[in-house]
Amino acid sequence: MIDKGEIFERLNEVFQDVFDDESIKVNPKTTAKDIDDWDSLEHIRLIAAVEREFGMRFKMGEVSTMKNVGEMADIIAARATK
Amino acid sequence: MRELEYPFDSELILQNRRKLRKALIADGSARIKKNIAVLGGSTTHDIIAALELFLLNQGIEPSFYESEYAQYYQDAMFGNPELDEFHPDIIFVHTSLRNINVGFPAMSDSREQVKELIDSQVKYFEGMWEKLRSKFNCPIIQNNFEMPFYRLLGNKDAQDYRGRTNFVTELNRRFYEYADEHNDFYIHDINYISAAYGLEQWSDPFYWYMYKYCLCLPAIPEFAFNLSNIIKSIFGKNKKALVLDLDNTLWSGVVGDDGVDGIDVGQETSVGQGFYEFQTYLKAHKQLGILLNVASKNDHENAIAGLNHPSGVLRPDDFTIIKANWDAKSENLKKIASELSLLPESLVFVDDNPAEREIVRAYVPGVAVPEVNKVEEYIRNIDRGGYFEVTTFSADDASRVEMYRQNIMRAQAQESFTDYNEYLLSLEMHADIKDFEPLYLARITQLTNKSNQFNLTTKRFTESEMEAVAADDKYVRLYGRLVDKFGDNGIVSVVIGRQEDNILHMELWLMSCRVLKRDMEQAMLDEVVRQAQKRGIREIRGYYYPTAKNKMVEKLYETFGFTLLSSDDAGNTVWSLMTEGYEDQNKVIKVN
Repeated sequence: MIDKGEIFERLNEVFQDVFDDESIKVNPKTTAKDIDDWDSLEHIRLIAAVEREFGMRFKMGEVSTMKNVGEMADIIAARATK
Repeated sequence: MRELEYPFDSELILQNRRKLRKALIADGSARIKKNIAVLGGSTTHDIIAALELFLLNQGIEPSFYESEYAQYYQDAMFGNPELDEFHPDIIFVHTSLRNINVGFPAMSDSREQVKELIDSQVKYFEGMWEKLRSKFNCPIIQNNFEMPFYRLLGNKDAQDYRGRTNFVTELNRRFYEYADEHNDFYIHDINYISAAYGLEQWSDPFYWYMYKYCLCLPAIPEFAFNLSNIIKSIFGKNKKALVLDLDNTLWSGVVGDDGVDGIDVGQETSVGQGFYEFQTYLKAHKQLGILLNVASKNDHENAIAGLNHPSGVLRPDDFTIIKANWDAKSENLKKIASELSLLPESLVFVDDNPAEREIVRAYVPGVAVPEVNKVEEYIRNIDRGGYFEVTTFSADDASRVEMYRQNIMRAQAQESFTDYNEYLLSLEMHADIKDFEPLYLARITQLTNKSNQFNLTTKRFTESEMEAVAADDKYVRLYGRLVDKFGDNGIVSVVIGRQEDNILHMELWLMSCRVLKRDMEQAMLDEVVRQAQKRGIREIRGYYYPTAKNKMVEKLYETFGFTLLSSDDAGNTVWSLMTEGYEDQNKVIKVN
């Protein structure tokens, strides 16, 4: 299982790409409110990019119920294949 | 931009959309602006985002109207002020299997009932298309339907009249019938592109349940690229010629080293079959009017010997220009473009050698350079690149290759004359310069939309707009067709002037570069003045709007004897010529 530190490091890069903002630093508490362009449409793209980075898929229920990046990282930790 | 050329990394495009967009907008290239209305039957957000990238990369700067979620039909049928004010140049109707709203056949249905079901669904769409056509008078692009992602009857679903697969196939056929019978109506073939992508992934219902996308998110770049090819073709941005390397591109081996007997093409080996099929694929492009040319590092006689390989498909006379020498390929490409009177960006360069491809990309910007590394990928990578997307096909396209061959003969004839005027007289030219005729409207529109260099205003027209001009008395319209002893050049010039009282405003003046320096422009002017005089028009006013490509006609009105009326900082100029006392300027072409 990959450790949380590595997950956050890689998540950071994905977030920076998707929102084209190199100043973004995510932590377990980060939510959509903390990032300017994070609306429901960007969320779709973000989820796809995260899935690609970690070689995994989120389940339908999870996509809309994840409360913050910490919960996202928990799911990634349990399911990542790369 | 490499990231947006086929084969591209779709997920990278989705992930880095913002960065790519910024880079495209900052690259300073000239783009035509177009308004594109997207009427969606499902979510369209990321489709528009990806489409924008591909269009920017193809030289088109789009503005979008996006219908509210799934409001395509309401927007079309009942109007929407925002859409009305948007004045779309193109309408794209994004519907899919999810928008079939008459239901699917039931097992208890009779043949007659299923036929009624199909009729009513087609009628629903036709009503919408007719409404859009009459209201907006612009090209419409309509998705066909992808195949259903489950088959109630299994394999029989395809054949049985109650099968969903059969039903969708029939709907698609009816859409094609409509497209056949109507100008400016184009099918976006998502049935093909979803099959090529893989229907199971394409139709992954996750994306429908979650986001109301009718296709999976990772497929969106493929979808948008395929759609952008239709749009750029409509706006005259297709490629026009192939420039091909020889060794290891058209055959396996190096003809200079291995000899004709040592190169491989034909049915004997698997590799030979690959090159044989590739040659067959290339040769078929001649029917579309795509010019085949060679740029090869070879002695000329070796190149010809290789092209005469008994098991090959292509022959030396299939090519318009063969450059087999030891000069840099970039130089040969520039020469080929200039000898064909084409811009480098009209060329597609095919070479198995990555180093040559890099040189051409670097030194001849604008040339399309597909990735071709293994013969088994050659056809796919060129075909899916969409360089020659056919949206309209005119008689002129069919005979273009022959016309260019005649041009080369003309160039050879010219060398035997020291006096240019005598050469022109020896061509025995005669021209038809007449008002638009319905038969030629497609060709007139096509020429109008793809002429860049000899084009004073670079105004573009859709077929519907051109029909409107053809029906309106206030316009003086002329097409010019030039024939000489080597053959028929077809329709090569289009001029449109709008009469306002005593003045004729020249809204369009263009000519194909393949008849440059033949005094055809003078013959057109003579006829414009004659028509103007007939209408009692006293003054002809010419307009020149500079673009990145039309510098060659900057001084055209001056050489015609017009007087400069005004000019602005952007280089736009306005010119005037009095019709009284005008003397014909063309002395070498017999007209009408």
